[in-house]
Amino acid sequence: MTTIAEPHGAGEPDAPPPPDAPTAPEHGHHSDDAVAVASQWQLTWWSFRKHKLAMIGAIVTLGLYLMVIFAGFLAPYAKNFYSPEYTYAPPQQLHVLDDGRFGLYVHPQSAEQDPSTLQLTWTVDESARTDVGLFVKGDEYRMLGFLTLDRHLIGPVDPDGEPVFLLGADKNGHDILSRIIHGSVVSMTIGLVGVAISLVIAIVLGGLSGLLGGLTDTVIQRVIEFLMSLPAIPLWMALAAAVPPTWNPLERYFAIILILSLIGWTGLAREVRGKFMSVREEEYITAATVDGAGRGRLIFRHMLPQFTSHIIAGLSLSIPSMILAETSLSWLGLGLQAPVVSWGVLLQEAQNIRVITTAPWIMIPGLAVVVAVLALNFFGDGLRDAADPYKN
Amino acid sequence: MGRYLLRRVLIMVPTLFAISIATFIIIQLPPGDYVTTLIAQYSAQGDQLDGPQIEALKNRYGVGDPMIVQYWKWISAILFHLDFGESFAWQKPVSSLLADRLPLTIALSIITLLFIWAVSFPIGIYSALRQYSAGDYVFTMIGFIGLATPNFLIALVLMYLGMQYFGTGAGGLFSPEWKDASWNIGKVLDLLGHIWVPLVVWGTAGTAGMIRILRANLLDEIRKPYVTAARARGVSETKLTVKYPLRVALNPFFSTIGWVLASLISADAIVSKVLNLPTMGPLLLDALRSQDMYLAGSIVLISATLTVIGTLISDLLLGWLDPRVRLGAR
Repeated sequence: MTTIAEPHGAGEPDAPPPPDAPTAPEHGHHSDDAVAVASQWQLTWWSFRKHKLAMIGAIVTLGLYLMVIFAGFLAPYAKNFYSPEYTYAPPQQLHVLDDGRFGLYVHPQSAEQDPSTLQLTWTVDESARTDVGLFVKGDEYRMLGFLTLDRHLIGPVDPDGEPVFLLGADKNGHDILSRIIHGSVVSMTIGLVGVAISLVIAIVLGGLSGLLGGLTDTVIQRVIEFLMSLPAIPLWMALAAAVPPTWNPLERYFAIILILSLIGWTGLAREVRGKFMSVREEEYITAATVDGAGRGRLIFRHMLPQFTSHIIAGLSLSIPSMILAETSLSWLGLGLQAPVVSWGVLLQEAQNIRVITTAPWIMIPGLAVVVAVLALNFFGDGLRDAADPYKN
Repeated sequence: MGRYLLRRVLIMVPTLFAISIATFIIIQLPPGDYVTTLIAQYSAQGDQLDGPQIEALKNRYGVGDPMIVQYWKWISAILFHLDFGESFAWQKPVSSLLADRLPLTIALSIITLLFIWAVSFPIGIYSALRQYSAGDYVFTMIGFIGLATPNFLIALVLMYLGMQYFGTGAGGLFSPEWKDASWNIGKVLDLLGHIWVPLVVWGTAGTAGMIRILRANLLDEIRKPYVTAARARGVSETKLTVKYPLRVALNPFFSTIGWVLASLISADAIVSKVLNLPTMGPLLLDALRSQDMYLAGSIVLISATLTVIGTLISDLLLGWLDPRVRLGAR
């Protein structure tokens, strides 16, 4: 081997190849030399990048978590903003062009109530217009926990004038778009926190099971089989119903997360156990043992890094099931409760077919759930395929 | 086969025991005991329970006894007399409430399972044999979306579409005019007109999962050397697929009866609420809302037991189908 490509430069498609690298790697194709010296993470990344859907999933996931961080800025209104006279206002079409020039506006709408059926009929006033602007002043919010700001990415230019409902309004005249963005904070983090708890349980119990074997292994495996054999939703429902109604929203949030993760750790624990069992027999572990490495060092220095990527893949695949579980529980009224805003809580409005026929847009939060779960699933699938870059 | 059966049935015993403990804990979770709640409810209605009645109730449920005694009183009544306790919200024995709904729940679960098989079998084979074809991508995409959408949302959307475009009624298994009619052809036809919605909603997630599994298994199998060898000898492509790989790839159809049943019973709670079906799910939901714990606990117990039985059936079928499972060293 005369020349060795820099492992760092070779990974980035846009970075200029190092001057001494004759084999400039093309997208997705790397010279054998580059592959030979690339780190495991590098190989994983190369392999992941080839997976189109997984890349899209990763980008959407990243976007959703950015939305969580900048929710206050992205949402036109604060999460408890409402205007009672706009019950079930339909989505307004955003016009982008104003006489051939760039200019945002919507047509205002007003409701008329049928005196006998009490049904609201909304009419759009094509002649008038409500100006919509970017970076407009609106409700105050806190970002990142300390910044108090009042600028919103999009919203009505005049905060005291006609409200703007780009995705419609719900029963109380809440802006659904704003509520979806604010709801992402709870819905997207419930997966993260829940998975973190599951991960700890899974690594401890799966690790013990895989490392010690024997009776410990048998007992833990039986417990896992038992938990897996239980029908999840009735169990979740029963446990969630036992959460005292007097608890405040934050306590309830953590109780629900705990319930979801107490049942959700089993699959991950199995994976961890399997990995420990196979890695345990590897020669380099024997070598390290002979070398006098203690158990802790063996586990954390030699074994865990070996399958970190598998664990990350497993994690990203368990987040979506947590999001789905939260949505279902909250929709049933057993999970989170208003005034907390989560996608499941928003969907509580969509309880029966009559409401949905009057205002189908209250199902839009469901779309957010589907997008988030799909993105995380694709991302996790791609990660799992890429996690073992030595496979091929 | 006899020994295999015996071993499998014996494994069930500790599992069922653990399930009963878990259920008992769930029943005990809400603060206060059953008899106190009942007395409070009676006095709220202006009624009074007299001393002997209260004593009899306390004795029946073991109020004040140690936990173990309470557990024994509860489980022995179920085991020996099929007495699941009283539902105070309905003021009826739990067993009579369940007798109304359990058969329909089980029947619907089994019909849905058959539906899942009927749909996923051809699609799974097609997807494996035409891997990366347009059809494969379409089915994969539909499958992923099916897995990513909460069940209740699928139900709501289907009902909405049905309302908007087909003018069908809102859920239920029968149109109003057939609801109380006795069974005849008209009622059966009416049932068939309604039952597809719960089947589709209920079966979506299961179908999507099953297609993925069948596809992956079949793909693994048709790449094995024995298939290549058979092909080299000139065996026709159809025979090549149907005769061996398909039989091996069929294993998941049987091995997953357990979890498909579990997930069907799970999904029941949600789907039946939307679709307004008289199954156990909505009963469980109401029971949990009103903390009617003997009813809720009994439903959890029965669901879990059904799941265990489903797993047993799938293990037995698998043992019958595949000698490696039955004779496996374990």
